[in-house]
Amino acid sequence: MIRIGNGQGFWGDWLEAPVRLVEQGPLDYLILDYLAEVTMSVLQKQKQADPTRGYASDFPPLMARLAPKLKANKIKVVANAGGVNPRGCAEAVRKLAPELKIAVVTGDDLYDGIDDLMARGHEMRDMDTGAPLATVRDRIQSANAYIGAFPLAEALATGADVVIAGRSTDTALALAPMVHEFGWGPADYSLLASGTIAGHIVECGAQCTGGNSQCDWQTIPDMANIGYPIIEAEADGTFVITKHEGTGGRVTVDTVKEQLLYELGDPKRYLTPDCTADFTSIQLASDGENRVRVHGIVGSERPPTLKLSISFSDGWKSIGTLVYSAPDALAKARAADLIVRARLANLGLHFEEIRTEYFGVNACNGPVAPPSANPPEVQLRIGVRDADRKAVDRFTRELIPLVLNGPPGATGFGDGRPAVREIVAYWSALLPREEVTTSVEVFE
Amino acid sequence: MKLSQIAHTRSGDKGDTANIGVIAWREEDYAILKRELTAQRVKAYFGALVQGEVERFELPNLGALNFLLHRSLGGGGTVTLRLDAQGKTYGAALLNMEIDA
Repeated sequence: MIRIGNGQGFWGDWLEAPVRLVEQGPLDYLILDYLAEVTMSVLQKQKQADPTRGYASDFPPLMARLAPKLKANKIKVVANAGGVNPRGCAEAVRKLAPELKIAVVTGDDLYDGIDDLMARGHEMRDMDTGAPLATVRDRIQSANAYIGAFPLAEALATGADVVIAGRSTDTALALAPMVHEFGWGPADYSLLASGTIAGHIVECGAQCTGGNSQCDWQTIPDMANIGYPIIEAEADGTFVITKHEGTGGRVTVDTVKEQLLYELGDPKRYLTPDCTADFTSIQLASDGENRVRVHGIVGSERPPTLKLSISFSDGWKSIGTLVYSAPDALAKARAADLIVRARLANLGLHFEEIRTEYFGVNACNGPVAPPSANPPEVQLRIGVRDADRKAVDRFTRELIPLVLNGPPGATGFGDGRPAVREIVAYWSALLPREEVTTSVEVFE
Repeated sequence: MKLSQIAHTRSGDKGDTANIGVIAWREEDYAILKRELTAQRVKAYFGALVQGEVERFELPNLGALNFLLHRSLGGGGTVTLRLDAQGKTYGAALLNMEIDA
């Protein structure tokens, strides 16, 4: 049995979580998931400004903080902290924690090869719209293939203490130690599906140990010290989801079910670079306090294609807010919205979208929100989106004047004009897997 | 009765599509979920919030249904102007739905 703990559900997750996983109980592998679709484009921009950047900058100092304990307890780390610059990330770790042996997995970054792929007939059509990638070619900011567990397992086989990848799938981080330790092969579909589903359960950190849970959330103990998830994986593909003794939170069949359903598509065809997992085969059973046993998982062959994660610049947006107080808070906010729209129209400005939400009334659930008779305060929230940055910029000047020249009782404008932000949109496409070649490099 | 009496939910996003997992608290209530929560009724419940189709998938092993709400996030991800850009609150919103026991 090996213990795999996930200490990071996204870049920005609780900094103490990985430290506590290493310090508060037994662990064999620490995995850290840093990447979301949006993260890749942010990192690509950082790298363009400074070629030594472009990775999760929290990671090297974390490795320095953990290095003595990792060495002493022989805990290995697998992380997709490399972003668009896994080698740069490795260099930074080497500087701060020279005692750690590092293996880097590369080959997922296709940014420099896009034109070549297109020239050879790969259209890389968007999976939602069907449009070919050529339509946004000049606006592409990053392009990566999701890679699976096998390249990461190959990196572990070098005896590295730390494996740094770029755009590996979240689930591959958990599956790779199992492939490495148990010797699973590419045709062990059901074993690979088991490890993949284990990875899915833990990939959002504490979301399976009581975080963001509707399971009697008021009674979940000690959330201030919530334990992050640990997979106790067996060579036969069965596993237990648990957390360290003495930590807060709760692991039950119900908290695990909630996370199994999170960001799920067709449950019978959960596609990864490693296998196709069938979520309708999963069997869960309580295995004592804060322990859930998972078994019965069936998988099938991996798809012939890899999914691409491509980001491209898609215009500008700005969202501004003003708060209206009682009496008639909502009526004032509605009147202010009409005034802003009229003034924008008078200026001859048109936007691809103007959206108004009334925070405290309907911002989260729109038409489904239960009617709210007379809220004592309402935040007017207006957003605009357009390809023309000047128009969006002009909009940002139309909110604060309302404090003096609109309905009475407006406040909450202390931060000044809202910012204009570039929209970096996400393009997903498929590419035959032969087009992506990964390699492993060791830094000692 | 309200759906919240027999089920819990979790919602999230994939691009402009939101997903809502609906899980029966008790195994025997899964049949009620299957009968009451059709894709059409979920689409009707959310009204203009869902611009596209609603798809339903069954996970009898978990006593759960999974719904995909297409074109329900204002463009999704970084494009959307919505406060709830990722549909994080849609699951809880569905729990207010009235169903027959």
